[in-house]
Amino acid sequence: MRFATTVIIGAGQSGLAMSKHLTARSIDHVLIERGEVGNSWRTERWDSLRLLTPNWQSRLPGYAYEGDDPDGYMTMPEVVSYLERYAKASGAPVQSETRVSRVHRTDTGYEVTTDRGLWRCRTLVLASGACNVATVPALAAGLPRNLANLTPMEYRNPDTLPLGGVMIVGASATGVQLAREIKASGRRVVLSVGNHVRLPRLYRGRDIKWWMDVTGIMDVRYDAVDDLDRARRLPSLQLIGTPERVTIDLNTLRRAGVEIVGRLVGLRDGKAQFSGSLANHCMLADLKMNRLLASIDDWIRVTGQDEMFTNTGRPESTEIPAETPLGLDLKDGTISSVIWATGYRPEYAWLDLPVLDRKGRIRHDGGIVDSPGMYVLGLPFMRRRKSSFIDGAGDDAADLAAHLHSFLGLQRAAA
Amino acid sequence: MTTDISTITSVDNGVNVTALFGARESLQQVPEAAQFKWRASCEWLNGTHSRSAIGSFFGLGAEQNRSRTFTVEADHPQVFASEDNAPTPVELVLSGLASCLTAGVAAVAQRRGIQLHSVKAVLEADMDIQGILGIDDEVRNGFGAIRVHFEIRADASEDDIKAVVAQSQKRSAVFDIITNPTNVFVTVN
Repeated sequence: MRFATTVIIGAGQSGLAMSKHLTARSIDHVLIERGEVGNSWRTERWDSLRLLTPNWQSRLPGYAYEGDDPDGYMTMPEVVSYLERYAKASGAPVQSETRVSRVHRTDTGYEVTTDRGLWRCRTLVLASGACNVATVPALAAGLPRNLANLTPMEYRNPDTLPLGGVMIVGASATGVQLAREIKASGRRVVLSVGNHVRLPRLYRGRDIKWWMDVTGIMDVRYDAVDDLDRARRLPSLQLIGTPERVTIDLNTLRRAGVEIVGRLVGLRDGKAQFSGSLANHCMLADLKMNRLLASIDDWIRVTGQDEMFTNTGRPESTEIPAETPLGLDLKDGTISSVIWATGYRPEYAWLDLPVLDRKGRIRHDGGIVDSPGMYVLGLPFMRRRKSSFIDGAGDDAADLAAHLHSFLGLQRAAA
Repeated sequence: MTTDISTITSVDNGVNVTALFGARESLQQVPEAAQFKWRASCEWLNGTHSRSAIGSFFGLGAEQNRSRTFTVEADHPQVFASEDNAPTPVELVLSGLASCLTAGVAAVAQRRGIQLHSVKAVLEADMDIQGILGIDDEVRNGFGAIRVHFEIRADASEDDIKAVVAQSQKRSAVFDIITNPTNVFVTVN
């Protein structure tokens, strides 16, 4: 049995940012990591993936990108070595290759059972990520058995798929990127599109992420939005990080030969059924994009920078052919695999505490979990719009480290 | 979209948004009460002419009785050798879609602080009747496509009005019923 004032579960950007802030407050702690630093980036992503945020935006407490390509996008090995260097520079006490099997409450705090022994702590920080498992809809059970059926966590590159066409379900960041890459490998690709958010990679000469940062959109707090539940459920942006800084959207994919269909709503007798709501989903996405771009235009005008950032116009509306198919035969042999790009969720099977709601989500107020001295980091829009981004880890960790520190003080005063 | 309370209160589309939001909040606490059952009964009159009666429904955990029972008739037109006593069922489907989307437009506009002056929807649907007549098995019975056109006058920009219509579709029951498959179970006696 070992003791630390704080146990942090997970040594990715969130855990490391928290460690940095706890060190600054002289709070002894340990990071328990199932693999090595940045494990999810290291083992659970496809080969070609790059960050969707530019290099300059991977800011962490006391640490920033210093390479010669601030506008580029890191590959996964680059993200991993970036985080490794950060862990080393900040002296984070990481206990790697240690898997947590149970967390439960004790009289004085929490007990963490791992495959390398037991830890006790007064405060606990869950920094194990928002994307531990891929969400697959229940209707996947109706898929014909001869089709390969995989999630993006299993996908590596087009060569690892069986020969033949691919149906990709979901058109957020993951779905559109896989559609682009698999189509480029010469296969038939059908992309099923539901609710999505589209944005151009560049607008008025700058990265869209730069605009969202400079105009303050990423810093909007969780207690300042109208419908937080909805904001937290928002799908990831249709973006891709490429050296050419290309925009990816349904128009570019269609021109590349990807077949765009509506949301998958049924699998029956070996046929996929698609919703007739595609046109509306695209209209919603176009309107949403234009609202965001209009707010950027306003910001430029109000700050008097119209001459600096030439108005290059809005991206074209999404084109939906009238003859969009409502069904797809999955037994005629042209489609051989299905990829479920239908989202990710955290996994808390090891959490033996009554802190989950009826949908299995952790109950928290801006990261302060509904259990004394317990915190969570890195969830979508947890404290700010940027909470689930590398760039958001620092501010959230600073707030929660302060809360944790005063919690320890109150506990000591009560003892 | 951000709207301040003062705009919301000065806008009146005849929709009680406060009550709707109250209902949404309380149903989040008691999801069982969100389970509704809608009903209709229908009686054959003569030929293709029939009359449906629509009365009670179940919701909020109890039977909900109305003060009256509504009736809706349907028939087929003379080109189908019928008497044209009432609209065809497929026209009633179009009417249902239009009414659902229009109600949604009013509610979403109210919520977003947009005063409506007029809302008109015109609908048209394509049908190849070789399907229903059994001439060609590859032709479906139902609509090939439905087009809805809204003419809306309101105190808002063109994009804001489009966004209201898009949101109305996103939250419309009839739009969902028409665009997505539903299991239908029919029993006899």
